[in-house]
Amino acid sequence: MSAGEESTLSAYRRREQSTTIAPLEEQPRAHTEAAGDGTRRELLTLNFGPHHPATHGVLRLLVTLEGEVVRDIKPIIGYVHTGIEKTAEDKSYWKVIPVVERMDYLAYYFNAMAFCSAVETLAEVEVPRRAQYLRVIHLELNRIASHLIWLGTSALDLGAVSIFLYCLRERERILDLFEMSSGQRMHTRYFQVGGVIEDIPPGFARKLRDFLKDMPKRADEYGAILNANEIVLQRLRGTGPLDADTLLALGVTGPLLRAAGNPWDLRKAEPYSSYEDFQFKIPVGTVGDNYDRFACRMAEMYESVKIIEQALDGLPGGPHITEDRKFALPPRHELATSMEALIHHFKLVTEGFRVPPGEVYYPIESPRGELGCYVRSDGSSKPARVHMRDPSFVNLQALSHMAQGGYIADMIATVAMLDPILGGIDR
Amino acid sequence: MPDATELELIAQELRAAEGSAQASSGSPVLETVFFRGRATLVVESERIGAVLVRLRERGYGFLASLHGVDYYPHEPRLGVIYELLDMHKVDRITVKLRLASATPEVDSVTPQWPTADHQEREVHDMFGVSFRGHPNPRRILMPEDYEGHPLRRDFPVGGEPVLFTYNEGETRGSAP
Repeated sequence: MSAGEESTLSAYRRREQSTTIAPLEEQPRAHTEAAGDGTRRELLTLNFGPHHPATHGVLRLLVTLEGEVVRDIKPIIGYVHTGIEKTAEDKSYWKVIPVVERMDYLAYYFNAMAFCSAVETLAEVEVPRRAQYLRVIHLELNRIASHLIWLGTSALDLGAVSIFLYCLRERERILDLFEMSSGQRMHTRYFQVGGVIEDIPPGFARKLRDFLKDMPKRADEYGAILNANEIVLQRLRGTGPLDADTLLALGVTGPLLRAAGNPWDLRKAEPYSSYEDFQFKIPVGTVGDNYDRFACRMAEMYESVKIIEQALDGLPGGPHITEDRKFALPPRHELATSMEALIHHFKLVTEGFRVPPGEVYYPIESPRGELGCYVRSDGSSKPARVHMRDPSFVNLQALSHMAQGGYIADMIATVAMLDPILGGIDR
Repeated sequence: MPDATELELIAQELRAAEGSAQASSGSPVLETVFFRGRATLVVESERIGAVLVRLRERGYGFLASLHGVDYYPHEPRLGVIYELLDMHKVDRITVKLRLASATPEVDSVTPQWPTADHQEREVHDMFGVSFRGHPNPRRILMPEDYEGHPLRRDFPVGGEPVLFTYNEGETRGSAP
């Protein structure tokens, strides 16, 4: 592009095109004084991402380095911003579910759960016990699937390539189960306002039990491979530590906070969807370094298996979705015989249901921390505002605090253990 | 969640504490809302920093979420919502303030609550609320030279040209 053409661009566009990022140097930043003997002071600003295999998405980091030591990190985000919150305002409530599922694309059941629960709270819809248990089964399966992807990609960053293939093998079995219950492998739209769309099919329980029998053994194997790997241990132990108080001030929740010794888990603290019925432990770490984060998530997979086993054993009978025809579609067979069912079906499919005016913030525990859904209703059949408090978005603020003063190679491990999902960060 | 009575007690306490501190300006709490088992304090926007500090002293030490909302066509049009959490009593309270569309300005709480940094930038980006005293008051999700605030209710949907290298000089982002 010639100089004449360039001048028609705004200053921001020109800066984005340039190979230097000098104007960003003017921004205030912490800890940028170079240390040393006064003869060899030099700070290097390195652009890292947005397209880089170790950023787990399109995360761009401006890293200020002194030699190999990280002095500051500035995350630059927004590359996959798709305006999901805006889109949601333009759709009736039940059509918002598939949209919000695409935010955190590894934990789609959680997004749907937060949104559906917020709408259920607004509309005061009772969720049947069987639906609550089915939700727990799918949520915890999704938690395992999400942690498996985290484990596989993180191990890849740390140089253990084979783990990735093993983790995807186990995840495939979970996706097969999702396909069995909902017909979709990802973004299943299984959760509905008032319950779940369909009951689990025959054969699901047996296949799930097979998986539950194998999963702890597989997790043992992965743990054995990684915990006996000196390189992995050296890259994780003692790197990127951050204490619980700083994490809380930064709003960090989930496994990152638990790794620092704070046993905060919404499934225990504020049980939702019948979590109070299940016996499980909350794994916590001690020093809050990368190894603790790794160990916490590994241990969580075993706990999720325990929860699913209990939910499957105690699965109550009854309907899988609310009987309230104002919110749930009538069963197919009623359409041929009942005029009322036909009217309800027509109203739900064309206009959707109306929700009483009000505002609700509904938090749940996603694999990455507190996932809160704020829904404001103005009384119409479309939400007036949908906001997701995505844990990845908030947790990302802790990255520079974790990685400052460490080596750049440790920053890679820290990003991996942070487990950011850019779809959730940018929404 | 605090129940309706406790919400009134908190509001009383805030009124007493803040009212005596600034006798001229009256009560910081404009309204209390108890809806679906959730407690909300609607406060005066100028006093948000003081109110949040008082609530922190009461135990609500964790700012779980900060987000914006647009009440168009009602006035005051914009809202900023602070979700506070007491981790020991497992108790949540919502603090809300409303801002007129003519002067969408409020003090930043980032110096006291570092977690608000990204979230305040998002509210600024999406709703055009200025946070006074924010250390880095720039857009976060949209490009820096973007015009308008997409999550406002009157922002048009669709019709925006897609930016490629070949049309970069002709579309949004070009200098006038």
